[in-house]
Amino acid sequence: MRFDTIVIGGGLSGLVSAIECARAGQKTAVVSAGQSALHFWSGSFELLGNIDGRPVIDNPLGRLGELSEDHPYRKIGEEKLRELLGKVPGIISDAGLKCTGSLDRNHLRLTPLGFLKPAWLTLGDYVSFAADQPLPWKKVALVNIYSYLDFYPRFLEYGLKKRGVECTISNVNIPQLDTLRKSTTEMRATNMSRILTDSAVDALAAEVDKAAKGADAVIMPAILGIYSDAPVERLRNRVSVPVWFVPTTPASVPGVRCQLSLRDLFIRLGGEFLPGDTVKGGYFEKNRLRRIHTVNLGEMPLEADNFIISTGSFFGHGLIADMERIYEPVFGLDLNVTGGRTEWYRKDFYASQPYMSYGVVTDSCFRPSRKGETVENLYATGALLAGFNALKEGSGAGITLATALHAASSLT
Amino acid sequence: MTLQQQNISDNNFESCIKCTICTVYCPVTAVNPDYPGPKQAGPDGERYRLKKPLYYDEALKYCLNCKRCEVACPNDVRIGDIIQSARIKYGRHRPSLRDSILADTDTVGTMASAFAPIVNFTLRLKPVKLLMDTFLGVDDHRTFPKYSSVKFETWYNKHAAAEQEKFPKKVAYFHGCYVNYNYPKLGMDFIKVFNAIGIGVSLLDKEKCCGVAKIANRCIKDATRDAEINLKAIREAVGNGMDVLLTSSTCCFTIRDEYPHVLKLENEDVRDHVSLATRALYRLVDEGKVKLVFRKDFRKRIAYHVPCHMEKLGWSIYSTTLLKMIPGLDFVRLDPHCCGIAGTYGFKKEYYNYSQAIGEPLFRQILDSNLDSVATDCETCKWQIEMSTGLPVENPISIIADALDVEATRKANNVED
Ligand SMILES: Cc1cc2nc3c(=O)[nH]c(=O)nc-3n(C[C@H](O)[C@H](O)[C@H](O)COP(=O)(O)OP(=O)(O)OC[C@H]3O[C@@H](n4cnc5c(N)ncnc54)[C@H](O)[C@@H]3O)c2cc1C
Ligand code: SF4
Ligand code: SF4
Repeated sequence: MRFDTIVIGGGLSGLVSAIECARAGQKTAVVSAGQSALHFWSGSFELLGNIDGRPVIDNPLGRLGELSEDHPYRKIGEEKLRELLGKVPGIISDAGLKCTGSLDRNHLRLTPLGFLKPAWLTLGDYVSFAADQPLPWKKVALVNIYSYLDFYPRFLEYGLKKRGVECTISNVNIPQLDTLRKSTTEMRATNMSRILTDSAVDALAAEVDKAAKGADAVIMPAILGIYSDAPVERLRNRVSVPVWFVPTTPASVPGVRCQLSLRDLFIRLGGEFLPGDTVKGGYFEKNRLRRIHTVNLGEMPLEADNFIISTGSFFGHGLIADMERIYEPVFGLDLNVTGGRTEWYRKDFYASQPYMSYGVVTDSCFRPSRKGETVENLYATGALLAGFNALKEGSGAGITLATALHAASSLT
Repeated sequence: MTLQQQNISDNNFESCIKCTICTVYCPVTAVNPDYPGPKQAGPDGERYRLKKPLYYDEALKYCLNCKRCEVACPNDVRIGDIIQSARIKYGRHRPSLRDSILADTDTVGTMASAFAPIVNFTLRLKPVKLLMDTFLGVDDHRTFPKYSSVKFETWYNKHAAAEQEKFPKKVAYFHGCYVNYNYPKLGMDFIKVFNAIGIGVSLLDKEKCCGVAKIANRCIKDATRDAEINLKAIREAVGNGMDVLLTSSTCCFTIRDEYPHVLKLENEDVRDHVSLATRALYRLVDEGKVKLVFRKDFRKRIAYHVPCHMEKLGWSIYSTTLLKMIPGLDFVRLDPHCCGIAGTYGFKKEYYNYSQAIGEPLFRQILDSNLDSVATDCETCKWQIEMSTGLPVENPISIIADALDVEATRKANNVED
């Protein structure tokens, strides 16, 4: 089977580059083994939130000079980054999601542990503040669901109090959620969100409204709107003060929503999405990848003019570490790993861990190499890449999206 | 072997990172609060069960074995296999009379075919349905698939076998119980399409039910016996240079994957030769070995529904690509969604409501899409969608057979008379 472009990996990176290729009229396929890191998503995309342990607020893209030379952002450059990342809000909105934020200035998002962290784009319903300004509320009602254990109002209270916001904490219940309690393990955000539609939302709204008495706003765990905005809007319309959400322990409701919305957009644009299939390897001819083999399609390969590999980092299985070595399992692409196992990590858990910046090395167009030879029609994007520590920098989604859009722009 | 590899069990439940992603995609969790969900029923529960079989939870019976959890799992945990194996190993109740009857498609099918007009008539009678509901626990809302008065095998031997001899190239057709007892037309369509491209169709020397219903109803001894007979016949056909093709995604999935994973029967030597008809046909077209010529006057708006086992096989792309080749076919894509029947599951009184609730979003989308018909590769999806939407449902092979210009196709492939 032949395509113009085949994308390996259906996480944030793979889907976004595939969407852009399909939009440009290319016959595009995505092959994706299992679900992605998006299922752990906080509801905020980060661009560059920290340099040397200090938060970045103003003009993050003006600070690229402080990053290491092989950092993906520096390969792209400020001007091109602005152009590429400028497309993201449009793509998100085409997928049916709303977000706020700007490339010129980070805002702050409220983390589940009550910290305020710099972010670039945040979903419209999630708590975010303009940086360097007092918080917009005097009193907030933190409302949890009775017996739901993946949301910690005390942490939020602690964080908000430090900034002068008074908090009340309450647990509400509606009979519709009782069924989930039959099995203690099933009281999860995503499971609740499948029940919380229509009249169940009305019942919840009535309870939340009671708990909101005297508060300027309600903050709740993200347990609504897994398939659409409708339940969130319905709740908001029925509660007398504004309702905001904070992400929960995975699986994340906004994450599933984002994953499915991007997948559906890709399919609407005519793309072929092959879920649950693993690419095992490929056939190369003179530094060009001709075709790939997958577990499900067996002896029938997939051919394409160009390929994009977005298989993620260790979490996505784009990189594998065993006792002896770290490797890229699909094509054996070159990595920036140096030394043996003891050099991959530091014993201080909170230190900057070397393995976090391991990944596939590429040329300036994000084409990886095998045994030192660049593969001319293969592009590597997203968490799979080398040269950054997404956790320390607060740069995961920015790099993921910028490299995906860069690869797509080279191909369309 | 590394230390880690030595510590991985057969069904790799240790690879689970407890992310609960599987639970997000389980159709049963969404509608049935008594079901513990794939993570708990699968890898989590397995740890307890290994300690003490007492921890086995009878609620595992609610699992559809649809494998959507496995398609979603980022760590390739064989969740569905873990659950099915646990039901077999630890299930305390013996299969009921009703379950054994539903599972034994061969015996029931043979009997029903012999008395088809009477059986079809009585199965539609309200009193009979009520009796079955009360005494057997077969839900009285359920419409039964009709039984055919002539079995496919009988028809084949009488009307088709001799003609197949003249084709130099041949495939073996595993027709399955549904084609044999309920709907021989699909088998005839399969022969029509393959003969038109110059390929003869033979049947396996001996074919038994693939065993999917017996596995689901925990009649494992019988399932294993049938599977061994099938594997022997498949080996023989493959030995004679034939691939074995199926028109049912579920039978195909069972033979390829459930035989080794659940019944623990080795099939590696023939697995690659067992394939779905649409996949084999697509391959011939794609490699330029065969041309399909379609009628100019075919006009239909058809949506394709991906059966759960097809999603797991990862092969729906072959069926949909073939359908899209038909010039007059206005193709509609349905969202990936379980129809809820899961073989014999939806026939059982205690599951009927769950079954319909699971399929509801799919039925709604079908009814809203202004379709002439629905295409799907699974016979039980067909019953469920026909019953729940009133629209006709056909296998892609039947649609191709209908749209094919047989004479022109024979000519294009130089098929001699
Ligand atoms: C747990 C976690 C939470 C995060 N949360 C945030 C956040 O809230 N905000 C933020 O800005 N950043 C976050 N990040 C950073 C994150 O790295 C990026 O935001 C981004 O999601 C990475 O996307 P990706 O597509 O590159 O990789 P992934 O999301 O890992 O996707 C890789 C995909 O490729 C598939 N795959 C792997 N191998 C194969 C193969 N051989 N064949 C076929 N498919 C294959 C995988 O199954 C997976 O679906 C988080 C990262 C992690 C790990
Ligand atoms: S999706 Fe896989 S890894 Fe995650 S909880 Fe389920 S079985 Fe475990
Ligand atoms: S096989 Fe289907 S029904 Fe069973 S646990 Fe997995 S997703 Fe749920």
